[in-house]
Amino acid sequence: MRLNVTVNGEPKQADDVWEGESLLYVLRERLGLPGSKNACEQGECGSCTVYLDGVPVCSCLVAAGQAEGHDVRTVEGLADGDTLDPVQQSFVDAGAVQCGFCTPGLVVAAHDLLHRVPDPSDEEIREALAGNLCRCTGYEKILDAVRNAAATS
Amino acid sequence: MTRTVDGEHLVGQPIDRIDGPAKTTGGARFSAEHAYPGLTHAALVPATVSRGRITAIDTAAAAAVPGVITVLTHGNAPKLNPPKRPTPANLSTLVSGTQVNYLNTDEVHWDGQPVAVVVAETSHAAREAAALVHVSYERLPAVVDFAAEEPNAVAQKGNPVMPGSAKKGDADAALAVAPVTVDARYTTPQHHHNALEPHATTAVWQGDELTVHDSTQSITWLRKHLALRFGVPEAKVRVLAPFVGGGFGGKGFAWPGTIIAVLAARATGRPVRLLLTREDVHRAVGARTPSAQRVALGADTGGRLTALVHTSVTRTSRVGGQPEQVTAPAQHLYDATNIRTAQSQTTLDWMPNTSMRAPGDAIGSFALESAIDELAGELGIDPVELRMRNEPERNPIDGKRFSHRMLREAYALGARRFGWENRSPEPRSTRDGRWLVGMGVATAYHPAMQFTANVTVRLAADGTVTVRCGFQEMGMGNATVQAQIAADALGVPFEAVRVEYGDSALPASVMAGGSMQTSTVAGSVLAACGKLTRRLSTLARRTGMQGRTPTEILTAARVPFIDAAVGSDTRLGALAGQARMLAKVVRDQRTWAKAACGAHFCEVRVDADTGEVRVSRWTAAFDVGRVINRKTAFSQLRGGIVMGIGMALFEEALVDRRTGRIMNPSLSGYHVPVHADVPPIDIACLDEPDPTMPLGILGVGEVGITGVAAAIANAIHHATGSRIRDLPITPDKLVT
Repeated sequence: MRLNVTVNGEPKQADDVWEGESLLYVLRERLGLPGSKNACEQGECGSCTVYLDGVPVCSCLVAAGQAEGHDVRTVEGLADGDTLDPVQQSFVDAGAVQCGFCTPGLVVAAHDLLHRVPDPSDEEIREALAGNLCRCTGYEKILDAVRNAAATS
Repeated sequence: MTRTVDGEHLVGQPIDRIDGPAKTTGGARFSAEHAYPGLTHAALVPATVSRGRITAIDTAAAAAVPGVITVLTHGNAPKLNPPKRPTPANLSTLVSGTQVNYLNTDEVHWDGQPVAVVVAETSHAAREAAALVHVSYERLPAVVDFAAEEPNAVAQKGNPVMPGSAKKGDADAALAVAPVTVDARYTTPQHHHNALEPHATTAVWQGDELTVHDSTQSITWLRKHLALRFGVPEAKVRVLAPFVGGGFGGKGFAWPGTIIAVLAARATGRPVRLLLTREDVHRAVGARTPSAQRVALGADTGGRLTALVHTSVTRTSRVGGQPEQVTAPAQHLYDATNIRTAQSQTTLDWMPNTSMRAPGDAIGSFALESAIDELAGELGIDPVELRMRNEPERNPIDGKRFSHRMLREAYALGARRFGWENRSPEPRSTRDGRWLVGMGVATAYHPAMQFTANVTVRLAADGTVTVRCGFQEMGMGNATVQAQIAADALGVPFEAVRVEYGDSALPASVMAGGSMQTSTVAGSVLAACGKLTRRLSTLARRTGMQGRTPTEILTAARVPFIDAAVGSDTRLGALAGQARMLAKVVRDQRTWAKAACGAHFCEVRVDADTGEVRVSRWTAAFDVGRVINRKTAFSQLRGGIVMGIGMALFEEALVDRRTGRIMNPSLSGYHVPVHADVPPIDIACLDEPDPTMPLGILGVGEVGITGVAAAIANAIHHATGSRIRDLPITPDKLVT
């Protein structure tokens, strides 16, 4: 099937999309946007988190067809040219990045949290990001990054 | 953002990592993210028996799936050179995860061994077809139950770096007459690394030239290994891994996925990408061995240790694997009059075990540091005080000097920051509503090592510096800290230094493992920068430009750049380097007991009715030598602690004792800590350089996890009065 979807503000088309294909696959393999990561394919790790019509989803659990005619925003669509989004900059500044594989999903999830709750408590941050696994950093600096981004935005 | 100012040292500053923007914007490309024209996708077919022979493989249904290019089995796959037995004399043999010649044999050695691979135009087609491959087996008797095999364990042979056993005095006789004793059995399950990035390989052959993007911790050795297996000169093989999504030991060796991807690319003549599924990551990559341990302690009534016995049983495989230095902490931590350690192992029809963060030390420290806490309880002595009464002046087992040891200072600092003096001595004496509250403590300890790396450094007349070294970056921040070190050594700004890494075309480096990459590369970078500084002085004298900047000197000398190399990648140079490296390691080993150490303090809250455990507070004070970059180093230490929390409370491969099959090969079944499981973690480092290591670095990758599970078990005992000696400490163990 042909898929029509708006990604990061631009209308995109993908052809020969298989009915069982995930939105993550379309983004990574057909639209050249491998920023969203493929790490568990069952919605456990959050590495593939993207916005679908402004709502964060695990794109590995969304069938590509469900995105037909909808709006997707990925980690590649957060920065303004070379200027990082405040959440991205905050992750860099706080040292919340190590191997970087969980980072894109966490950045999107944190971006969404701050959009909904501009000044979250530590418990709210931990709970909101509990669906995004990180095996490297020990999480502490990710919290710092979200706190700092909340304070500066 | 932290940036240098003139005259200030960069080493020691919390500089932002240089790859931060690439990783937060999705710009960093990992091994499964390289596009090649005509790229194909591969999927593995796992064996469903634990030992046997393949009698037939029916690939007709798989081959009929639209998009399938080929199905490779032992019947039609290209021939591969078999792996050689591991020997330190040939580094290429050391990274072979197993001794199996994949798709070149009809023998099956473990449940999950890949027995076929499907190559297709899309990953969907490959996976669908892989599920349709039908394999018939002749089953052979298999030994897969670790617990049942424990009585048949045989003593480890050991080697100069890792002795299988050690002895001082007569610990068993001393134990028999000691007035106060603890003698207990501790068990730990199989743990999986579960780095967020599943192992991935993109392999491209052009004639007999091979390019491989692989999520490896060992670029140089993997290159040698692939050259050996595929019968091509090393110069024709290039391994690239600038970004690796976490490793923790799980990407140190060449596992089946890498070899089979390269094989499939050779068979099809097309580029192949093989991305392991999370299930493959559990079934086709080695894991941390389970263990059964005994720790027996004898002390006088004043708390002086007279006897320390630590024995262990672990598992390896008939087709590979390695011994684990489970009892190593017992050789270094306590000044016991008599010590006996002994390691033994079983050999199973299983995926070989492999290194996982602090191999041996992580699980051994759980048993030893739990037992010390038990002894403190028997004696009625505070567990910190008991440790201080037994803190050695020299390495307990052999009297070697410590190159540097500040464990007393780490304990004092940690206790102060944590508020240890507020702990009531009695177990189950603090309650907060439904929560029972307890505090626990344990020692962290990990040996420090330095190997050798080849490095070239170029200083150009425009003031820029280029460091070239084939080290690996899995998130530790090595590129950032080596830039700090080079900038300091040459007196240039941080931004002037570019570090090239993650490519086997660069000067050969060590693997990332054993917490020794940063110190090893730093040693060579410093040596190369020293050479450049001397050449620069000569040029300055010659041109009358003493005291001027490098740019002014090189411009005056009309030299566009100067290079300095440490080590050589020629065949002779590599052999010489290897000999130098082994000599240095052995010499160091004979002279010094060298390690990073620290003290973990934690508070837990245990639900009195359900047994739910929450870790509510953590302080860790470390002696890791000099800290080059607080931001990256502390993050590594915290990550180690969080992995230790997982080890203490959640992580366990559930294994079918009849077949040896892992029953929870997913992130929904194998639980790792999430944000909501983790408390604020306070880290402090003494930041005192070790006098025998480059810049005084002792390594931070592994020491963080050691002792963590014991600190939690000890805190749970303090909270509840229940002593759990079997990991993970799940609620069922606390409510029965």
